[in-house]
Amino acid sequence: MKQGLHPLLMIALVAAVTLFGRVLPTWTLSLATVAASNALIALGIVVLARTGNVSFGQGLFFAAGGYGVALIANVWGVTDAVAQMIIGAVCGGLLGLVIGPLIARYSGIFFGMLTLALSMVLYGALVKSTALGGSDGFNVGRPSLFGMSFNDPREADFMLYAVSVITTGFAGIAATILFRSELGLASLAVRENNLRVEYLGISANLVITINFVIAAIFAGASGAFALMAQRHIDPQFAYWTTSGEFVFVAVLAGYQSVAAVFVASMALELVRSFSNLYLPNTWQLVLGVFLLCVILFLPRGIGSLWIRERQKRMRPTAATPIAAQKEAAL
Amino acid sequence: MNFFLTIVVDGLIQASWLFIVALGLTLVFGVLKILNIAHGSFYALGAYIAATAVTMVAARSLPPSVGFVAMLVSVALIASAVGLLLERGLLKMFYSRDEVVLLLVTYAVFLILEDVTKLIWGVNPIYATQPYELFGNVAFAGLYYVGYDLVLIPISAAIGFAVWFGLNRTVTGKIVLAVIHNEEMSVSMGVRVNRVYAVAFAFGVLLASLAGALTAPKISMQPGLSSDVIILSFAIVVIGGLGSVEGAAVGAILVGLARAASVHLVPQAELFMIYLIMTAVLMFRPEGLFKRETARRI
Repeated sequence: MKQGLHPLLMIALVAAVTLFGRVLPTWTLSLATVAASNALIALGIVVLARTGNVSFGQGLFFAAGGYGVALIANVWGVTDAVAQMIIGAVCGGLLGLVIGPLIARYSGIFFGMLTLALSMVLYGALVKSTALGGSDGFNVGRPSLFGMSFNDPREADFMLYAVSVITTGFAGIAATILFRSELGLASLAVRENNLRVEYLGISANLVITINFVIAAIFAGASGAFALMAQRHIDPQFAYWTTSGEFVFVAVLAGYQSVAAVFVASMALELVRSFSNLYLPNTWQLVLGVFLLCVILFLPRGIGSLWIRERQKRMRPTAATPIAAQKEAAL
Repeated sequence: MNFFLTIVVDGLIQASWLFIVALGLTLVFGVLKILNIAHGSFYALGAYIAATAVTMVAARSLPPSVGFVAMLVSVALIASAVGLLLERGLLKMFYSRDEVVLLLVTYAVFLILEDVTKLIWGVNPIYATQPYELFGNVAFAGLYYVGYDLVLIPISAAIGFAVWFGLNRTVTGKIVLAVIHNEEMSVSMGVRVNRVYAVAFAFGVLLASLAGALTAPKISMQPGLSSDVIILSFAIVVIGGLGSVEGAAVGAILVGLARAASVHLVPQAELFMIYLIMTAVLMFRPEGLFKRETARRI
């Protein structure tokens, strides 16, 4: 939640980052595309986390978006990147609308477990559905944009980069506006104490549901980007380790800045691709150590590197009663 | 009828080792309030260590019974050491933080252990089948079962009873229950909570690895083992209620039967079935089948 930045300034920043893609080498382009798409879904987790609930099953909406787009692309031949992104967001959002109201009653660990269970139900169903290619999944064609098709791989990469960065950028701006809105502030209040929020006449369930649907929309769009980048989809989209990685990005970012989500996502992709390159058999090890170090040395996430005390007053304390008890006990 | 019996026996065999894994997970959650994602990795670790022990014994051409004992002893020793080390060396640093942060710490441990096992044992499947023939074959209701599988059922029942007895009928167990119930109060009564934490976590690791060791002769050890097991044991403890021993037993039997039934009736729906049960339980009894609602602070 960066206070000072004006939305117009942010739009300029997004445009600058998009144009910057022209000078980036090709391998960074596809990396940045994945990072932007992961940032989008992690942003959804941050939006939801402001109500105090962490979803360990964003893979559900990620896969819903991906499969929705892939099926529509293969059946009706919709290849336009922007259309695919919108289809993904709609698929995720619709599923979120169905599940959100059911899940809003839960909190804490149960919320996380239920989201995880739902994504694993989808995974279990996808793995065994031969019509959708089972555990191998299936391929989709190259995306186009506004009727233009891209045969030069570099141009195609840049197009995808541009669409994903602009989408994620606007999602980030929307999230910033949301954080400052009444709903955003009510979300923080729900996180602090949902019963007191109810006493004040706001429905905590409604607040959680709205945030949940927003997160689902982001996840669906992110699934569409992942599909466009890989041009292949398989049930791994819904597996719990996929969802775990998105939570990883969100925690890496910390819950205080939208920009931090992008930086964290890019940092994760860089660590991943470098350790893939130099330590091919131990990248998970590197990732795990990296995560531990961030949790240990940057408890407020990467965002705390450039966001100072000013925000501290605004932020609620992270300690739950249980954590406080534990502190007292040790 | 015979078909039905097959499902029940298969289900119980599945339930027996699943129960041991889930028992460890539920105890760690009960005492430390950590949902340990790395729990499946400890299962895999136990299975791998057991395989090494069995192979080493077999290489010296000792009888498989020696291999069976050797694998249990070596796993018990190494697992308790790993558990103590992890709790004292790592988890301790994060107790003052959010529950979600602790969850992620165990996720990091899961990632690290995943690669450590790959580094030590490689990525090719490993087998340790020698002890599997230890108890011969048993004809039962017109079907043949491997004796080893059937022996797992009383072993896990005995472990379950021992844990229940230890918790409810001994002084140490009562202290652990006190910590589960109210930590602050136990501290003020002079309980060394951090010691209880360390022992409880090590015991949880021990149970997971023992289950891994006991199943090692039945399966092939390869990467991906841990994430499959953790997903099953999560379902079990959530069905039974986090932190409940009886719940883990009932959850394990339910999941074991569901698995066996779907393998025999609709093989496509195995994982799907289990998670459907878990979702249904969470929808209607979010605290699990065996947990009473607790009062909360307003």
